[in-house]
Amino acid sequence: MLDKQTVRNIAFLARIDVKEDDLEPLANQLSGIIGWVEQLGEVNTDGVAPMTSVTNQVLRWRADELTDGGRADQVVLNAPDKLDGCFAVPKMVE
Amino acid sequence: MSYIIKGNTGDWEVVIGLEVHAQVISNSKLFSGADTTFGAEPNSQVSFVDAGFPGMLPVINAKCVEQAVRTGLGLKAKINNRSVFARKNYFYADLPQGYQISQYELPIVGEGTLILDMPDGSTRAVGIERLHLEQDAGKSMHDQHPNKSLIDLNRSGVALMEIVSKPDMRTPEEAGAYLRKLRAILRYLGSCDGNMEEGSMRCDVNVSVRHPGEEFRTRCEIKNVNSVRFVMQAIEHEAARHVEVYESGGDIRQETRLFDPSRGETRSMRSKEQAHDYRYFPDPDLLPLEFDDAYVEAIRATLPELPDEKKERFISEYGITAYDATVLVMDQENSAFFETVAKGRDGKTAVAWVTTNLFGSLNKRGLSVSDSPVSATQLGQLIDLVADNTLSTRLAKDVFEIMMDEGKDPSVIVEERGMKQVTDTSAIEAACDQVIAANAEKADEVRNGKEKLVAWFVGQVMKATQGKANPAMLQEILKKKLLG
Repeated sequence: MLDKQTVRNIAFLARIDVKEDDLEPLANQLSGIIGWVEQLGEVNTDGVAPMTSVTNQVLRWRADELTDGGRADQVVLNAPDKLDGCFAVPKMVE
Repeated sequence: MSYIIKGNTGDWEVVIGLEVHAQVISNSKLFSGADTTFGAEPNSQVSFVDAGFPGMLPVINAKCVEQAVRTGLGLKAKINNRSVFARKNYFYADLPQGYQISQYELPIVGEGTLILDMPDGSTRAVGIERLHLEQDAGKSMHDQHPNKSLIDLNRSGVALMEIVSKPDMRTPEEAGAYLRKLRAILRYLGSCDGNMEEGSMRCDVNVSVRHPGEEFRTRCEIKNVNSVRFVMQAIEHEAARHVEVYESGGDIRQETRLFDPSRGETRSMRSKEQAHDYRYFPDPDLLPLEFDDAYVEAIRATLPELPDEKKERFISEYGITAYDATVLVMDQENSAFFETVAKGRDGKTAVAWVTTNLFGSLNKRGLSVSDSPVSATQLGQLIDLVADNTLSTRLAKDVFEIMMDEGKDPSVIVEERGMKQVTDTSAIEAACDQVIAANAEKADEVRNGKEKLVAWFVGQVMKATQGKANPAMLQEILKKKLLG
C-alpha cells in the first residue's frame, strides 16, 4: 500500500503538481494498479528466461552514416521561446 | 608512494574512484544519423530522435558498439555478449527526452584492469568496475542572456562510454596517472580523442577518507572536473575537508559537489540536493544488445599494440629504462618517432637524443613531435654520424641545433660548414704540440703532478681546432705528451 509521502515524491519526480487533497485518493488508485499487476507474481516462472519481445526479433543495428540533421529551424519550430537558433528556457545556474 | 593526512585523531588515507565519460569517435550519434562533429551552428546536427520528439524511435549505431567492445578489450575487461539499455529518468532542460538512454544492470563491458605507471618507474593495477554505453545530453549556455539559459542539442545523443573505476586509488598522483593512462589507451584504440578541454573526456571524482584499515566511509562525488590537474587539486581539497569535518565532530553526508578551479575548492551543488531517484527501467524501444564471440574476436584482431605491451617491448628490444619507455609510449606519435630513430641503432643513445635533446628543444619552441623540424630519419642519420666518427657527441649537439633551425640533413650541414671532426692523429698531435709549446710553464706544472690541468689543455686544443678534435683521441694524445 502506497502512502501519501510516496505519492508526493512520485509526483515531484514526474513534475506533476498534485494538490494535497488528491494525494490520498491517488495513493489508493495507484495501489490498486500495483496490486493488479502483482497478480502476475502468482504464476510460477522458475526456469523461464525473461522475455523481451513477443515476436522473435533481434535488435536492429544501423551503419555509422550521416542520414539526418540540417534542420535547425524545424527542431526549434515549436519551442515556446527561442533565441539565436537555441531553445530559450528560464535561467538555471548553479 | 603514500599520501597520508596527519590529523589530531591519527593518520587518514584517501580513497578515490573515478567515473570518466568518454565521447565515442563515430560519424553519427548513438541512436540517430545526425552528425557528431564539434562546433557546428546550434541545433544544426539534431534529428527528431535527439530532440525527443514524440513517436521517434532509436536505432543503434554499429560503430559505437564496436568502439565500446574495442575499449573493453583494451582495458582487458570482460565483454558481455548480451547487454541491456535502460532509461535513467531525470528532468533537465538539456535532456529533451526526460530520460537518458544508458545501461544499468547489464552493461556491455564488465570488470577489467588498468596499469598505472608511477613517476618512480613502479606500476600499480587499478580495477575497472564496468564500461557502459549511453547518450550525451545537450549543451546549456548561461552567459548569453541575463535571465534565460540557451539550449543547443547538437551534443544530445552523441555516444558516451562511461568508464567506472573501482575505489582503488589512494593518492592524487594515482588519480592523475589513471587519467593519463586511460586517455593514452583511448587514443591508441581510436575510440575517443581524450580532449578534456573540449569536453570529449570528462571526469567525476568520488572521494572519501578513512583511518588505514577501516571500512570505507561516506563518499562525495565531485562532478565534471575538466583537467588532470584540477582532478588532483579537487581530491586534495575534498580529502582535507573530510578530515576537518570528522575531526571537529561532524559527519560527511553523501552529496554531489562542484570544483571551483579559481578558488581551488569544492562546494555543494544545491540543485542535486534532492536525493536522486532515477527510476531505471529497461528501455522498451530497444531490444537487448547481443553479439557472438566471433564478433568480439574480429575486433580483437584489429587492436593496435597498446601502451603496456609497447612499453615492455621497448624495454626488452631497445634496452631503455622503464621510466623512458613510459614517457615514450604515452603518446603514439612520440613512440613511433623513437622507434624510427632506434631501429638498427643503439637504443639508449636513441632515447637520450629523443627525450632529452629533441623533446627539450621542441618544448622550448612550443612544438609537438608532429611539427618537429627534424625528422626521425634525420635524427637517426645524426646518430650514425657519431657512430662512424664523423662527428663527436659534442659536435653532434651543435649540428642538432642547426638542424632544428634549418631542417636540413645532418650530412649537408656537416659538409656546408666543415664540421667534420678531426680524427687524423698527426693533425691532433700538431695542435697539441702548438698549445703545449705556447704554455710551457703550465705543461711543466702538469708534469710536476698537477694533473688537473690536463683538462685545461684539452679545452685549449679544442678551441684551437674549433671543437672539431675527436675528444677521446685528444685526451689520449695530450696525456701521452704531457705525462709520457
